Amino acid sequence: MAGKSRRQSLIENAVLVPLDWVDERTAAVRGTKWFLFRNVPRDISWAQTLGSATLTAFIVQALTGAILAMYYKPSSEIDPVTGKPIAYASIEHITSDLTLGWLVRGMHRWGASVFIILLFLHMGRVFLFGAYKYPRELTWITGVLLLVTGMLLGFTGYLLPWDQTAYWATVVGINLNGTAPFLGPWLAEFLAGGPEIGADTLSKWYALHMLLLPGAVIALIGVHIYLVTRLGVVSPPWSRERAGRERTGAPPAGAREGLVRPGGGGD
Amino acid sequence: MVESAQPALSDPRHTPHVPGPSLWPIGFAVGVACLLLGLVLSWVIAAVGALLAVAFGLLWAREVTREVRGEVPEVEPERRAQVETPPAPAPAPATFTRSRFLEASTIGLGGAIGAVVTVPVLGFMVLPSFTNIEEQEIDLGPIENFPEGEYVIATYLTDPARGEVTRRTVFVRYNGPAENGQPSFTILYSRCVHLGCPVQPNGPIDEAAKKEIDGVELRPVLAQSFGCPCHGGLYDAEGNRRAGPPVRSMDRYTYSIRNGRLVLGELYAVGNVSGTGANAKISKYAWSTPGTHVDGVESWLYPLVPSQVTR
Repeated sequence: MAGKSRRQSLIENAVLVPLDWVDERTAAVRGTKWFLFRNVPRDISWAQTLGSATLTAFIVQALTGAILAMYYKPSSEIDPVTGKPIAYASIEHITSDLTLGWLVRGMHRWGASVFIILLFLHMGRVFLFGAYKYPRELTWITGVLLLVTGMLLGFTGYLLPWDQTAYWATVVGINLNGTAPFLGPWLAEFLAGGPEIGADTLSKWYALHMLLLPGAVIALIGVHIYLVTRLGVVSPPWSRERAGRERTGAPPAGAREGLVRPGGGGD
Repeated sequence: MVESAQPALSDPRHTPHVPGPSLWPIGFAVGVACLLLGLVLSWVIAAVGALLAVAFGLLWAREVTREVRGEVPEVEPERRAQVETPPAPAPAPATFTRSRFLEASTIGLGGAIGAVVTVPVLGFMVLPSFTNIEEQEIDLGPIENFPEGEYVIATYLTDPARGEVTRRTVFVRYNGPAENGQPSFTILYSRCVHLGCPVQPNGPIDEAAKKEIDGVELRPVLAQSFGCPCHGGLYDAEGNRRAGPPVRSMDRYTYSIRNGRLVLGELYAVGNVSGTGANAKISKYAWSTPGTHVDGVESWLYPLVPSQVTR
């Protein structure tokens, strides 16, 4: 405390004491430090931000989706007053009547494409940098599962506006799945909820899009980010600190006890 | 961090295993590309491609596994002075202890409870798509409404209680009396057997002659072929594929005549139709999802389709 004014240490205490109180009981502060304040290789670049960008895109999708769900009605029944399907009419209502509805729906609609594009860019970066190699194989595998669930989210979300494009694109999509060998026709009938799209299909896809698939994505993101935090960020392939290269001197910053190999880079 | 405690980098057991560089994958890739190209162009190219792929694949595998197959370095068995380890505690008597019993029963009971809850719920998620699929018989009205040799577009709700989502369209043609004297009909289902888009008759629709009978809308059309707007599938007047990506002929309905009215039966898939109208020979198969083959070698990919089980 030497060199600090009394006032300064009072302020510090006002912040630190409650934090310590919480940390002692939950390890939340230590956990946050473990999660956020990591050493990374000195030669990382903007390319390594694609994963965070994808996560941000997903958070935008989750938030805008939850709010759109407050106004969207997943029913294929025809409203006797307007003569339009209830789902389609609720999308029209969101887009043209509700304040800022056009914006949030647009964010969700275009954000879906942004999410998928970023997924692919992130995957390409990981592939080209060789970041899927030992010991990060499971990070890659959870990432592939995230890609599949992400694309399923796009597929199920496309039906929800319940217009002609949505309906026939989904018919084609379901039947594409149906052409898979052996179990394809069974998968198609499961997706359509019968031999063809019926009265329950829309709400089924809404439940998949709203509840099951986002739940799976959130769980997979948890595992994915845990693995990234545990194993660290990989150096680019042109790095002079890349894994497997013998080098002398002090171990690089970021080498941690219990991680792969204190002498090696790549963490 | 104690430097001497670190394993030496030169020790192969402590370095990540990275196979050496190899040119064989390029040959393998060329072979696979050749094989795929050959599937479209000619069997000869495909065979050459397969040969290349197998040859280079084997060479590649041989090179990659050289280290594994090669001489295994002799490893000195580790020797330690026995005195360093404390004497092992006497092995616990082989009884089923209370804690092990509790552990097993917790896991077992938890699993049983989980199964009791999960199995019916998963069943509810999956089974309704496959059970109670009853095709309602659709009455298309008196057969006098169908002129001989001309298609009529008929649209109707298969289940009015479930609403517009059950609207279907068929193309009905009266072929005149068949050999047995019974009236003969050709009833094509409008969904394309490529991927399920709505097939359109290629001809002018006589909107003036439109009729609506008991919820069934009938519109005569002058058409000798049908086209699909999505991917360009083209069918002739018997529903045979003439161009584009469809993999079989248009689906058809069975029918019956009751009290002079045309009643639709069940939907079935058609491999091929030879002949026309009342004399057509139709190869009939259990209905399957659009895009699935019902005849030929490719149908081996779909040995059991849902309609064979659920109907």
